[in-house]
Amino acid sequence: MADVKRMAIVVHSGTLDKAYPPLMLAAAAGASDMKVDLFFTFWGLLLLRKKGLRRAKLPGIMRLGTGMMRWRIKKVGIASMQELLEAAKDSGNLTIYACTATMDLMMVKKEHLIPEVDGFMGAAGFLDIAADADIQLFV
Amino acid sequence: MSEKPIANKTFDARGLQCPMPILKAKKEIATLDVGQILEVLSDDAGSKEDFPRWARRTGNEFLGIFDEEDFARYFIKRLG
Repeated sequence: MADVKRMAIVVHSGTLDKAYPPLMLAAAAGASDMKVDLFFTFWGLLLLRKKGLRRAKLPGIMRLGTGMMRWRIKKVGIASMQELLEAAKDSGNLTIYACTATMDLMMVKKEHLIPEVDGFMGAAGFLDIAADADIQLFV
Repeated sequence: MSEKPIANKTFDARGLQCPMPILKAKKEIATLDVGQILEVLSDDAGSKEDFPRWARRTGNEFLGIFDEEDFARYFIKRLG
């Protein structure tokens, strides 16, 4: 193939509604031979903690409806976030970065994180990656 | 596209929602030789757009969609 397309996403939110789309896109991109870089920052870091994806809730008062939403996700046949992450990793096209600057703020330590995290960097590092991407998103 | 292609392998993705049919198809097509044809059965409404675009994007050839009553058959020839 001529040139490999790249996608860079800032994952800023830790709630279920905002965590799903980047993972779906990452999985689809991985299967479409695109390289994906996900930069988890602020509340997004909470998703990288062990069991973080499983514990993600809907935001605000909708939090109460999280169980119902998870039930519906399963019922209509949408993959779990863990499955999407695994599939994206499996494609060999996904690289996950944790934002070092906000790790202290969110009280997230390296040893809390899932082994799928590939690296740690700050804003300038991720901007360097995003500058070469064809698709840049902030979720 | 009138003649239905003869597939070397059929993968049943019915019941799976986006993006899983594509993810599974990616794995399936990797098991074929170049020039062989994968048939995917899918009832995901997004597949109508997803499969032709995904096939092109991954350097393969999309051969066509054949509608059944409540799903569709997608044929992709492995090129890459």
